[in-house]
Amino acid sequence: MSAELSTHGLRVQFTTKSGQVAKALDGADLVLRAGEVVALVGESGSGKTTLARALVGLAPPAGGEVRWDGKPMDRSGKGLKALRRHVQLVLQDPSGALNPRHTVYDAVAEGLRVHKLVGDSGKTETELVADALSAAGLRPPEALFLRYPHELSGGQRQRVLIAGALALQPQLLIADEPVSSLDASIRGEILALLLRLREELGLGVLVVTHDLGLAWNIADRIAVMYLGRVVEAGPTEEVLTSPKHPYTQALLSVIPEIERLEPVVLQGEIPDPTRIPSGCRFHPRCPALRSGEAAAVAEACRGTALPILPADPEGHRCACHLVASREEDPHESASRTAP
Amino acid sequence: MSEPQRVSQPVSQPVSQPVSEADPRDPLLALRDLHVTYSTGDGPLPAVRGVDLTVERGQIVGVAGESGCGKSTLASTVLRLQPPSATVSGQVLFNGDDVMTMRWGALRAVRWAGASIVFQGALHSLNPVHRIGAQIAEPLKVHHASLSAQTVNLRIEELLEQVGLDPARSRSYPHQLSGGQKQRVMIAMALACDPQLVVADEPTTALDVMVQAQVLGVLSDLVREREVGMLMISHDLSVLADLCDRITVMYAGRVVEEGPAAQVFSDSLHPYTGALSAAFPRVGDPAARFAPAGLPGDPPDPRNLTSGCSFAPRCPRAAEVCLPAEPELASYDGDRAAACFRIDRPLAKPGASAQPGPSDEVAAS
Repeated sequence: MSAELSTHGLRVQFTTKSGQVAKALDGADLVLRAGEVVALVGESGSGKTTLARALVGLAPPAGGEVRWDGKPMDRSGKGLKALRRHVQLVLQDPSGALNPRHTVYDAVAEGLRVHKLVGDSGKTETELVADALSAAGLRPPEALFLRYPHELSGGQRQRVLIAGALALQPQLLIADEPVSSLDASIRGEILALLLRLREELGLGVLVVTHDLGLAWNIADRIAVMYLGRVVEAGPTEEVLTSPKHPYTQALLSVIPEIERLEPVVLQGEIPDPTRIPSGCRFHPRCPALRSGEAAAVAEACRGTALPILPADPEGHRCACHLVASREEDPHESASRTAP
Repeated sequence: MSEPQRVSQPVSQPVSQPVSEADPRDPLLALRDLHVTYSTGDGPLPAVRGVDLTVERGQIVGVAGESGCGKSTLASTVLRLQPPSATVSGQVLFNGDDVMTMRWGALRAVRWAGASIVFQGALHSLNPVHRIGAQIAEPLKVHHASLSAQTVNLRIEELLEQVGLDPARSRSYPHQLSGGQKQRVMIAMALACDPQLVVADEPTTALDVMVQAQVLGVLSDLVREREVGMLMISHDLSVLADLCDRITVMYAGRVVEEGPAAQVFSDSLHPYTGALSAAFPRVGDPAARFAPAGLPGDPPDPRNLTSGCSFAPRCPRAAEVCLPAEPELASYDGDRAAACFRIDRPLAKPGASAQPGPSDEVAAS
C-alpha cells in the first residue's frame, strides 16, 4: 500500500463580506502516508482545520495543489467520491457531527451505502457495521446498533464517528481535534485506539490539534502551522525536544508543568488572515525579534518573505531567518546560549 | 446494587440563624459536609456527597475530576445558584456566614461583590446584543447605584486594562471578539465589584495553549496582587498543578484526594488522581511516547452507586477490601488526605495535621 496524500504550495482563500480576501492557507506543504501518524498543530486561526478539509477536497484551492498517489486530485464529483473512499475525515465535536435522529447503525452504515460497498467482500451490511464498531473499540457492537447519539457518552460518540470512517476501510484517516472535547480519562483511550488502528490496519492518521502533549503521545511526525503556513516540521522527538522556530519554542514553553523552560507568553493572537504581515509572518509577535536576539537578521524578518517550507517526510525543517542565518554561520550558533 | 445507597437527607431550608460578625480568622470560604441532591424523574441523584473544602484569602484551590463528578454543581452551590430541583444540606460558609441560610438581601450582597463566578463556556455566556462595556457595567450599577456614568466608564476601562484588553474594546459586541478575548471580558465582569472570592468554572477549556497561558497569567496575577481567594474548577490536572496552591480531586460526588498541588499532581495517593495526571503527558517524557494513558470505563451513575468504593469498578488496584464499604478520607503525612483502602503509606499521626478541611476520620481497613 503506497497511499500518499500531499499538498504543494496550497492556497485557500475566503472572501469576507466587506470584500477582503482572507488567506486561510497561504502556501502549505504537507505529506501524509499510510502507516504513519502525523500531528498538525497550531493556535486557533492557523489554518489547520482548513488544511484538513482541503485534503479531502472540501476547500477548493486558490493555488497550489493536492496530490493523491502522485496524481493531482480529481475534483469531479466522481473523483472526490473515489478519493473519500480511501481518505476519511473525522470531524471535530462528536456531538455536533452525528445526526441526532439517526441510530448508531445508520450513522455507521451511511458511508457503506453511499459507496455501495456491501457485497464486495461477501459480508452483509450488518456484519460490516459490526466490524467497524468493534474496530473502534465499541464491544459488543450489537448492543449499540439501535442507540441514538444522545444516549451515548462523549467518548462513545467519538468512537461511533471513527467507526463510520473505518467502515469504508480507508487508508488514511484525518481526525480534527479528536479528543479536545473529551474528558481526561477518555482522551487516552481514543489516542490508544488511533495507534492501534495504525498497527493493525496500517492506517495513516493526520491528527489536527492544538495540544502538543497529544502529539508527543502518538505522532511520528509533527508539523507546526502559523497563519496559513507550516513553519516547522520534522520527527516529533526532534521538534518537541529541540524546537528551532521561536514560535514552536513559545508554544512549548507555555505547556503547564514544563519547569525547564521559562514561559514565553506571546502577546495577542494570530493576526487577521486578511492582512498577513510582510516578511516573516510571525515577526510582529516573535520573541526573538523583540528581545534583540534576532537583531542581525531583523531587516530580513520584517521585509523578506520566507520560501514555503517543502514537505519532507524525513528531515527537520524550519522557516525562520534567524535559524537560517545560524545554520549558515556555525560559529555564531556555537556562541549563542542554549535556549 | 439493589440496596439504595446512602442518600443525603433531604433537608428543607433550615430556619435562618442569626449570623455572626465576619471574623478574620474564619476562612474565606469553607464547605462543611456539603450534600447536593437533584430530584429527577428517575429518583434522587446525589451529585455532591459530603464535601469539605477550604479556601483561604490569597489562595487558589483547584477542583479536578471528570464530567459528572459534581464539580460544576459545587461551583454553583457556592453562590446558591443551584437549580430549584436541588436539595442542599451542610454548610457553605463565606467569611463565616452560611450562604445557604442567608437572607435574600445578604445573599445579593455576597453575589458579585463578595464572590463572583467566571462561568464555563464564556463563548456563550455574554449577551450577543449588548456591547461588552454595558455588560461589565451591569454588576457595578446593581451594587453601586450611586456611581456616576463617568466613574462607571473609568472603572470599565480600568478593568479591561487589568485583564489585558484595549479599553476601546468596551464598545465592541461579543461577536467581534475572539474566544480568548471573551474569556477575558468574563473575568473583567467577575472582578467589577472587587470580590474577595472568584469561582472559575473551567476558565480555559476550549481555549488553545497560548491563549490559555495568557488567561491563566491574568488570573494568577490578580490573586497574588489583590489577595482574593480563588476556587478553580477544571478537568485538566496539569493546569491546576501549575496555578493552584492546593488541589481537591472529586469522584462520584466525593473528595477522593486533597493536598498541596504539586504533590497531588506528581505523587498522587489515590489511583484516580494518578490516572487523571497520566492523561496529560509531559512532553519530553520517553515513557509517554506511543503510550497514551487512559482510564477505561465511565464514571458511575450517581443514581445507582454500588455499596463499596465508587471507583473500584475502574480501579487498577481494586481488591476485595474495596467492595463492602466506601473508604473515608484519611490524613497522610505532608498535609494530605485521600480516600482509598489500598494506599501503602503511613497515616498521619492524629493531631499532626493542621489542615482543617478534610475529615480526620481514619479509614478502618
